[in-house]
This record gives sequence, structure tokens and C-alpha cells, in this order.
Amino acid sequence: MVNQAFKIMDCALIAIATGEKAQNLRELKDLLKNIHPGCFYYHFWGGLLRPHFDDPEFQNDFAVWASRNLHDSKISEQLSIIDPNIFKNVEDLRNEVIEIIEQRLSESEYVPWVKAGQEFHFIRSQIVIFDTGVSYTDPRDLIEIIPTMSLGSIFFHFIDSRRRTPENKNDFSMWLAGFDNQYDGLVEALDEIDPSFTTLNELRQEINFVFCNYFNKMTNEKPTRTIR
Amino acid sequence: MKSLLEQYAKVVGNEVIDHLRQLAYPLKGMKILHINSTKEGGGVAEILNRLIPLKRELGIDAEWEIITGDKDFYKCTKKMHNSLQGNRDDISSSLLAIYEKTNLQNFERLKEKLEEADIVFIHDPQPAALLHFCKERKGKWLWRCHIDVSHPYRPVWKYLREYIKEYDASIWSLSSFVQPLSHPLYLIPPSIDPLSEKNMELPEKEISDFFDSWGIKRNLPIMTQVSRFDRFKDPIGVIQSYRLIKNYIPIQLVLAGGGASDDPEGEQVLQEVKAYAGNDPNIHILELPADAHRAINALQRGSDIILQKSLKEGFGLTVTEGLWKGKPVIAGDTGGIKLQVINHHCGFRVNTPEGVAMRIRYLLKHPEIMKTMGENAKQFVLDNFLITRHLREYLTLVVALSFDSEEKIELKLPAH
Repeated sequence: MVNQAFKIMDCALIAIATGEKAQNLRELKDLLKNIHPGCFYYHFWGGLLRPHFDDPEFQNDFAVWASRNLHDSKISEQLSIIDPNIFKNVEDLRNEVIEIIEQRLSESEYVPWVKAGQEFHFIRSQIVIFDTGVSYTDPRDLIEIIPTMSLGSIFFHFIDSRRRTPENKNDFSMWLAGFDNQYDGLVEALDEIDPSFTTLNELRQEINFVFCNYFNKMTNEKPTRTIR
Repeated sequence: MKSLLEQYAKVVGNEVIDHLRQLAYPLKGMKILHINSTKEGGGVAEILNRLIPLKRELGIDAEWEIITGDKDFYKCTKKMHNSLQGNRDDISSSLLAIYEKTNLQNFERLKEKLEEADIVFIHDPQPAALLHFCKERKGKWLWRCHIDVSHPYRPVWKYLREYIKEYDASIWSLSSFVQPLSHPLYLIPPSIDPLSEKNMELPEKEISDFFDSWGIKRNLPIMTQVSRFDRFKDPIGVIQSYRLIKNYIPIQLVLAGGGASDDPEGEQVLQEVKAYAGNDPNIHILELPADAHRAINALQRGSDIILQKSLKEGFGLTVTEGLWKGKPVIAGDTGGIKLQVINHHCGFRVNTPEGVAMRIRYLLKHPEIMKTMGENAKQFVLDNFLITRHLREYLTLVVALSFDSEEKIELKLPAH
């Protein structure tokens, strides 16, 4: 079977404020019911493409706000652990977030709130995707290209891919699967990379490590097989 | 001579520049016009000074024009500026009439360019009414707001909103600065230019010469605030902080102000600051011309700690400049500074003169922490606040606008 070339794509994200903001947990829940679906994309994944300094302690913007502004560690922990990749669509993800908040509101004696100026601002995004014009047919060649890939490319092929591919996978694994099980070990190792609690820079290093490790092993194993 | 893009690649890496080239490909030949009210002084002019040649090098037909007005026009726009940032500053109907008339005159002067442009960026309130007079425009118009309009003085915002709502979209520095409008509200934080005279590396001798020429001692710690003399920058509060420190640790304070031609209040505030500083030999008030970029660079590089004790701030470019020089920055906990200064990592955000004093005393006691913070600061700017990121977002926005605000836009054109 001849697999198609792996086309390196790139993307750039631009943020758009919806102008809606929540000052307490109940307002957040109410706004979530009708907020633009693009807000979920931005608040769950967009953080990777924005300025940040702290380690990504929390997985999404709702959890960050709950911790740093609402000072409600319980809801923050519950929101942070949501894995957006396991939901079939945005509506399922929306319902899960609302469900968690409703549960917290039902057990709270008061509605957690923030001071003026610390509201949660809803943001959505537009993503522009473009072909870099670079493509590879041999997976081994990716060892050289991955360290120089832009963070936009890493985002597109490893994060955005999860809403495009049937099993919420990364593009590298999808492509490698087309080589008749030849690279199953590599696919397995790539699928084991957790894209959570990390930065795109770290993710790039991790992907690169997996590729290098796999092909180094292959190279080292070949002579052993010959001796046998 | 290397191209501008090649020079930037040395700072940010080739992949960042390649990314820009690919994003700009579908925009080649597009006419993009930027309009503001000053060519010198202030952050907007500084950014445009470099953004325009960069866009041109990427194949975009970018141009920059300024609007001009008389003293009363600037008096009116200064009042607008103050009001948008929350100060109650009523504007008389006669001043508003001058604002409208000046915009009309400028429209007539720039009519052809404004009508022909594919994209027009209008920066801040001064030229905001131009669109109102442009009845036969070809392109899309964007209003770029560089200030914090989260709590405006309502009558002034209500007046301006009538002009701004006609735009195809607006651009804000932070989501918390935004006022609701029916068009898309894009979010783009500003940036600094690492190759400009204000931010480039300087020889140590040039730095020493600068301090010698102003009689500032290098053997005493130096805390520096660079900003125009404006009450929102709280220069009096900075002097109060200095007085709270000097009894514990000998220190010098430098307040350096560059003038902006669209700020008529600067002179008055400067006189107030001088009077408040008195004859203290360790307070240095430097009146620098608007183009004293290398001097400001030398000052920031030779200082130990950079301050920006703003009470209101859109996005403090001097904060980012200080961070870029590898210095910890102590800044007012307001506006865009919340995104720029991360507590304990690259500086501290404070609310009072006492807060400034406390943090400076802490840092001077722990030079190793100051050093680490300075290193963090530089990396933070490299990753997030350089002009290349700003340009990328402008290009993304223009591409997005060309596709009528779809959520996901796939460029079908070949990248090379």
C-alpha cells in the first residue's frame, strides 16, 4: 500500500471577544447554555496558543477562573479534569461543563462571586489554516522537521486534529496507520502522549523524542536481528 | 544589507518568519492603510513605524497616514482619551464640533487613499469619525483601540460609539477593555520591536556615557519609570515610593518623560512633579525628546528595576521594554499590565506607593531573585510580546475578515 505524503499544515488563531461576562458561578452557568460554540474551542484549547507564563496547572480557562478568581478549589478541580477530546461534539462538552457547575451550585450555601474587574470574559476564535507547501513520504524524515515545526503546526497536527479525526487522534498517528501496521509501535507511543497540562513547546519536544526514540531503536535492533 | 525579515529571524527564529510569509501570501498586493494622529511619541507611532515596512516586505501595499488638527482638536481628543479611561471629563459641544470638522478636513485630504484601501486601520479616537465621512469606501474598516475602555465616562463613550459602531470590526488589547458592539471584537495585545533603537542591544560604553551625562551614579541602585508626564502614570506616587525606600536603602529614582505631540497636559504635570520632587539630588527628572529612543534604551538597560506605576493603562509598552532588557518590572495592577507582569516570575503588580516600596526593598535584598526574574522577563517577551506576534495576528485578522468571519478558514492557495 502506498500511503499519501504527510502535508505539513500550519495555523494561526485570532481571538474575538463576545462581550459577554460572568461575575458569579450562576451567571457563568446561565451564559454557557447559549454561548457561541466557538467559545468552548477557545477556552479549552486556545490557551495553548496564547501568552502564558505559569505552568499550565489547569486544563481550561473555566478552571483557571474558578481557582484564581472565584477561589473555589472544588469546582476548579472538577472543571480542570474535563477532557474535551472524549466528547463527540461541542454540545456534549457544553452539557458536561454545565452539569458540573449545576452540581456545585446545588451543594453550595452561597453563589461564589468575584469582584468587579475579575469577571469571566467569553472569547471565541477564528482559526486560519494554511498549507506550508512542505510534505514528506518517509516517516523517518519527520525526525528532522519536527524540531523546526512552528507551534501553529504542532497545534494543528496534534491538538486541532482531535476534532477532525474519527477517534480524536493526532494527525501523525492517522498518517502512520496508513503504512500497513509497519509503524504500530510509533503510533502507540504517539497516542500515549497526553496533550494536557503542557505547552506547545513541550509537546513539540515530546513528539520529537518519541520519533527519535522509535527510529533509534529500530536502527539499533536491526543488527541484532541479523546476528540471530 | 539583510532584509528586515532576515534581521527578525535572528531574534525570533526562522520558523516564525516562514509562518508570517505563508500567512501573508494571500494578502499580496492588498492595500492596507493605517491612520493615527502622531508620527512620533507614544506607543502607537512606535509600533506603526516598524509594522508598515514589515508588511511591505511581505508584499502588502501598506501605508501610514496621520491626521492633523489644531490645539483645540487635541484638547478635545485628550479629553476623550481621559474619559474613555474613566475620568469624568465633559466635552463642550464647541470642542466636539472642532473634532468633527477636523475629521472632515482630514477625510477630504486623504479621500482618495481612504476610498481605495482594501483595509483601513483607524487607531484610537482621534481619527474615529473619518469613516462617517467616507461614503464610497471600497474596503473594510477596523477601529483599533489602544486604551482601556472598561469603565468609560458614559456620555463621551456614547458620543464616540455612534462613529465606532459603523466599523466592520474593532480591535482591543484585552477582553476586559471591551465595550459591547454589534460587530466582531478582535483581541490583539500590542508588542515591542526588538530591533528598534529603543530595544536593540547597546554597547556598555554608550550606557555608561548616558548615565554620566545626566549625573546619575552607577554605584547606587537605580529605579526608573519611563513614561510621558501624565497623571494616569502616577509620577507623584512613584516619588512617594522612593521616599519610603530611601531611609532603608540608598537608591536613586529616575523619572524620564518623552513628549507626545498629541498630549497638551504633559507640561503641567511635569511642573507638578518637579515641585513635588524638590531638590533631592537622588531624584533625576529627565525631559527627553520624543525621538530619544537610544537614550531610553540606555536608561532601561542601566537601571536595576523598572517601574510603571500606572493607575490606568491600556497596555504599558514601557513595561514590555523593561522586561525585554532583562529587568524585573514593578507595575500598577491595572489594565493590560495584568497580562504583562506575572507576579513573582518577572516582577510584581502593585496597588500603592507602599506596594512599590515593599517590592523594591525585597528585590534589592535578594539580587539572585532579581537576576532570575530578569531572565524570565526576557524570555516571556520573546515568546509573547514581540512585533512578529503582533504582525501575525494582524495578518490572521485580515485573512479572517476576507472570509466573512467564518470560524475555521482553510486557505486553498499554494503557500509558495
